[in-house]
Amino acid sequence: MSSFLSVRDLKVHFPTVDGIVKATDGLSFDLERGKTLGIVGESGSGKSVSSSAILGLHRRTSAQVSGEIMLDGVDLLKLSDEDMRRRRGKDVAMIFQDPLSAMHPYYTVGNQIGEAYRVHHDVSKKVARARAIEMLDRVGIPQPDRRVDDYPHQFSGGMRQRAMIAMGLINNPSLLIADEPTTALDVTVQAQILDLLQDLQRDFDAAVIIITHDLGVVAEMTDDVLVMYAGRAVEYGSCKEILTHPEMPYTWGLISSIPDVSGDTSAQLIPIPGNPPSLLNPPSGCAFHPRCTHRDKVPGDLCTTVLPELLPGTRTEGHLKRCHLTNPDVVYEREILPEIAPDLVEER
Amino acid sequence: MSSHDPKTSHEQVPAGMAMPNEDVLSGAENAPDDAASYIAPVSRHAATMGDPNAKAILEVKDLKMYFPVKSSGIIRRTIGHVQAVDGVSFQVPAGGSLGLVGESGCGKSTTGRLITRLYEPTAGTINFDGQDISKTSARGLKPLRREIQMIFQDPYTSLNPRHSVGSIIGAPLEIHNILPKKQILPRVQELLEIVGLNPEHYNRYPHEFSGGQRQRIGIARALTLQPKLLVADEPVSALDVSIQAQVINLLQDLQDEFGIAFLFVAHDLAVVRHFCPEVAVMYLGKIVEIADRETLYNRPNHPYTQALLSAVPDVKQAAIGGRRERIRLEGDVPSPINPPSGCRFRTRCPLAQEICARVEPPLLQIGKRHKVACHFAGELGKHPDKPVTAGLLGVDDSGTPDPGASPSVDVGNEPGFADTWFDLERRTMASA
Amino acid sequence: MFAYVIRRVFIGVILLIVMSLVTFVLFFASPVDPGRYACGKNCSPAQIEQTNKALGYDKPVIEQWTDFLKGVVVGREYPDDPALRAAAPQLVVECPAPCLGYSVVNSVTVNEELKERFPLSLSLALAALLMWVTGGVLFGVIAAVRKGTIVDRGIVALSLIFYAFPAFFIGLFLLKFVAIKWEIVPVPVYTPIAEGGLGLWLQGLFLPGLTLALLYMAGYVRMTRAFVLESMSEDYVRTARAKGLKSRKVLTKHSMRAALTPLVTMIGLDFAGLMGGAIITETVFNYNGLGKLAVDATVTYDLPTIIGLVLLLGTFVIVANIIVDVLYAVIDPRVRVG
Ligand SMILES: Nc1ncnc2c1ncn2[C@@H]1O[C@H](COP(=O)(O)OP(=O)(O)OP(=O)(O)O)[C@@H](O)[C@H]1O
Ligand SMILES: Nc1ncnc2c1ncn2[C@@H]1O[C@H](COP(=O)(O)OP(=O)(O)O)[C@@H](O)[C@H]1O
Ligand code: SF4
Ligand code: SF4
Ligand SMILES: [Mg+2]
Ligand SMILES: [Mg+2]
Repeated sequence: MSSFLSVRDLKVHFPTVDGIVKATDGLSFDLERGKTLGIVGESGSGKSVSSSAILGLHRRTSAQVSGEIMLDGVDLLKLSDEDMRRRRGKDVAMIFQDPLSAMHPYYTVGNQIGEAYRVHHDVSKKVARARAIEMLDRVGIPQPDRRVDDYPHQFSGGMRQRAMIAMGLINNPSLLIADEPTTALDVTVQAQILDLLQDLQRDFDAAVIIITHDLGVVAEMTDDVLVMYAGRAVEYGSCKEILTHPEMPYTWGLISSIPDVSGDTSAQLIPIPGNPPSLLNPPSGCAFHPRCTHRDKVPGDLCTTVLPELLPGTRTEGHLKRCHLTNPDVVYEREILPEIAPDLVEER
Repeated sequence: MSSHDPKTSHEQVPAGMAMPNEDVLSGAENAPDDAASYIAPVSRHAATMGDPNAKAILEVKDLKMYFPVKSSGIIRRTIGHVQAVDGVSFQVPAGGSLGLVGESGCGKSTTGRLITRLYEPTAGTINFDGQDISKTSARGLKPLRREIQMIFQDPYTSLNPRHSVGSIIGAPLEIHNILPKKQILPRVQELLEIVGLNPEHYNRYPHEFSGGQRQRIGIARALTLQPKLLVADEPVSALDVSIQAQVINLLQDLQDEFGIAFLFVAHDLAVVRHFCPEVAVMYLGKIVEIADRETLYNRPNHPYTQALLSAVPDVKQAAIGGRRERIRLEGDVPSPINPPSGCRFRTRCPLAQEICARVEPPLLQIGKRHKVACHFAGELGKHPDKPVTAGLLGVDDSGTPDPGASPSVDVGNEPGFADTWFDLERRTMASA
Repeated sequence: MFAYVIRRVFIGVILLIVMSLVTFVLFFASPVDPGRYACGKNCSPAQIEQTNKALGYDKPVIEQWTDFLKGVVVGREYPDDPALRAAAPQLVVECPAPCLGYSVVNSVTVNEELKERFPLSLSLALAALLMWVTGGVLFGVIAAVRKGTIVDRGIVALSLIFYAFPAFFIGLFLLKFVAIKWEIVPVPVYTPIAEGGLGLWLQGLFLPGLTLALLYMAGYVRMTRAFVLESMSEDYVRTARAKGLKSRKVLTKHSMRAALTPLVTMIGLDFAGLMGGAIITETVFNYNGLGKLAVDATVTYDLPTIIGLVLLLGTFVIVANIIVDVLYAVIDPRVRVG
């Protein structure tokens, strides 16, 4: 049986005057209802472009989208524009990073939430407004019947993101994509929003994709993780596997370049050298090679000439990684872990 | 582990790890001349260690900044004030770092701007290197601008796009007439090298650089005049995670090498923990807790600090299985125009009682290097039932003035730490 | 909002007073002797001096200016000479408040002059405005929606062509060919509504209005196109699309409303500017509007008329600005509800 959402070899290419930008270049993953997938990576790695493709938001004139996006047995990429539009906001909904700019400044919050309902339901404005109030209440806005007539700028950042969530969930979608839903928020508000998302997911039994660059959010929220680099998946597996036994140098880099609020203060902060590559002219072979500090462990010039496949890692079947290293588990245990979590090494 | 010696707690990348170099880059079809693809050498660091005996280079006392709020009537009267910063006191040790954390709008940046004197404080003193600079005139500030520099959050807007990197970094040298024209370029190149940029790229323009590199340019500019104090306002918030670490480590290198003191403003508690041996937590314009790193992160005593810390997702903890219980804070930060009476945190505090609305809790020293402003200060789960401050303030447990009691300890708002403090357990004064 | 408008009006009045002073001072700082112009070509120095005296030009500038201000508030008489009034009241011209002065050159109060020209200029500006805004926005939106296609390029190229042609050329072409030679439309003659009714009024305004509209439209097409394109990449437009809204609705309800807001400012200022700025068009069609009046007054060094015009047009700019700001508040709730 195939999964609820199954993406195969998704490619999104943008033809530009300077050449083709391969923003997403062969992405595949699966997701079941009630489960959460986290997509992590640096900015520009193709996270938002990929998720917009699932919603069919790319205009045919500016982007070439290919591959297969099967949602509940239907290939979304084969639908006509009109059929895709009917599903957008109803079966698949999305909430965006910056809730202030994602809401129209000239319309009330209630109007915008109600509009999302009226697109897919033939009801009067009054009914839609009542639904909007109900949803605002559901996402924890106090006095929803009064706040419904406020404009977005009258809401705080956290309230705006709640309103966006209300807008996303008003049609009971089976797939919710949250693109950096808490990046613009303070930690205490982030915690509130993450809790809310978790509650709602349970109630709605939706499949959720959370896009983030924050491994902390991934750790707390997701079942599976997909790490993206330069438009490709470089590591994919269960959240716990990936965070405890990562097998790809880029993932190591991500983990070792963030400090933690607890644990040993003698842990080293090890940045990834260099900058993310240009997608117009990505590095040959493994796209990460110009920044990789483990290249010398791979014989010959494989890293610079041959693109590694996304293959099962050393530990479990479902854990995939894109790297030529043959013993990443050993390298991680010996070289990385002692540097970044000396206390954990002792425990193990 | 010799982690207490700052010199040994960091090192350059060990020889065993291949450093990417430039021939690899050209092999990768990246034009070697492309500014954004220059790979800077990176260093790695453990958390910075502080020297508790260092003398303070900056001492701020009772600093206040009130911004007037104008009415919208025919004649625009001042109808109130945004109490952006309301009586903060702290010290920054020479060559050390103090972290300033808190939610958006709590007054962190305003504090930073006051210290660089981009604003004139409403009240309070700013003692820099033995001199009160809080009232210094614009002209008197000029020499000061050399000693205190600022690094800004947004590397995209803080650099003038029409000036070359060389003139951005060299401008302070010209303005202050420090070097003859001929020596400016070599100095600029030296600075570029220090911050990990290609020294040959001095004639490039900011847009040719990536975000992390632009932040390096901002840092080079701040370093030009060899300041003693750097106010870093969210220096890494706008950067990608992997780049954040590069910049933090660069700042750490610079601190070790040049002995620069930092006031490090950020909302990211983990970054602050890594960079600052001492941290102050702000809420609505006030410091609610200030302590050394170990105490603040492991044994916070203020309910707000506790909530803040529990809200931060912890990768390593979560990865080994334990998803911690969060303390949920309800609602939003109130407006600083009409802050709540008494304790400003009381509208969201899970422990708030009558006294909290009546009496403002003083910032009370409760340990060797630990101060907290809460009537019910205590470690998580061990908060006392009765206010610890009642006796000190001469009020009863509900906060009404108690004519019988007389305030027993002087709880002034002094910067720094005293040798004696109020012991919460025994409710008496203690010392080391 | 009300308080805001009052405050703006107040500031506007002060601005006008300052403008009148500046005009006075500049006028007298110039090396030209106003009395010579007023008196005529063959006047002797004595006559010129007498003229200057009669017109009050011999008084200090500031005094003339305060007299002028007084006239605006309570009205005045020309010449301001009690003896003459007693002797020959028929020679004294009554100029009731708000008196903007008396043009010796044209022997009429400035108020009369302006009153005569004003309706034409206003009508012309309105007609042009209507045409260029509809055309500009329509073609701008079409170009934005069809971005990159032949339609888009065609519209942009065409608007550039019109932009490049000078006003007198377009005006002359429309007049000499469209009206006179090909007789597609009648030769325009301005007829006030009161005299010829709506039909003739519109007929008289069509060609000169079109001349101005074509000039302005080019800019508006390009601006509208740019604003709509910009708003189409806004996050909230993406949100609207993500809801599943039809693209037409996304365009009209979400994209255009935001894109057209900045146009309001431009429209207000351009309209106010056009009131006295349609000189070439008025000349080509031989229409006696404010623009022509301004040119004539400058050539004959007719100080009172110039000052009156400056103030009238200044008032227009100020009023247009206030209206624009009020409109802004109506359109954008962020301005309205703080
Ligand atoms: N120039 C100003 N005029 C009026 N109010 C101001 C001004 N600057 C700051 N404020 C207000 O002062 C308070 C503190 O602002 P500040 O910028 O210091 O916050 P912050 O802690 O740095 O927040 P963030 O994390 O968002 O940067 C806020 O309520 C802000 O709106
Ligand atoms: N319309 C477009 N035309 C050309 N390039 C684009 C377009 N949209 C996105 N890109 C490029 O695709 C890459 C991936 O972008 P995105 O998915 O937004 O990154 P992120 O991982 O930060 O969400 C970036 O390099 C971006 O510049
Ligand atoms: S394939 Fe080579 S360059 Fe790429 S991540 Fe693995 S070791 Fe590094
Ligand atoms: S003083 Fe009261 S309200 Fe304030 S933090 Fe302590 S318990 Fe909470
Ligand atoms: Mg993105
Ligand atoms: Mg700030």
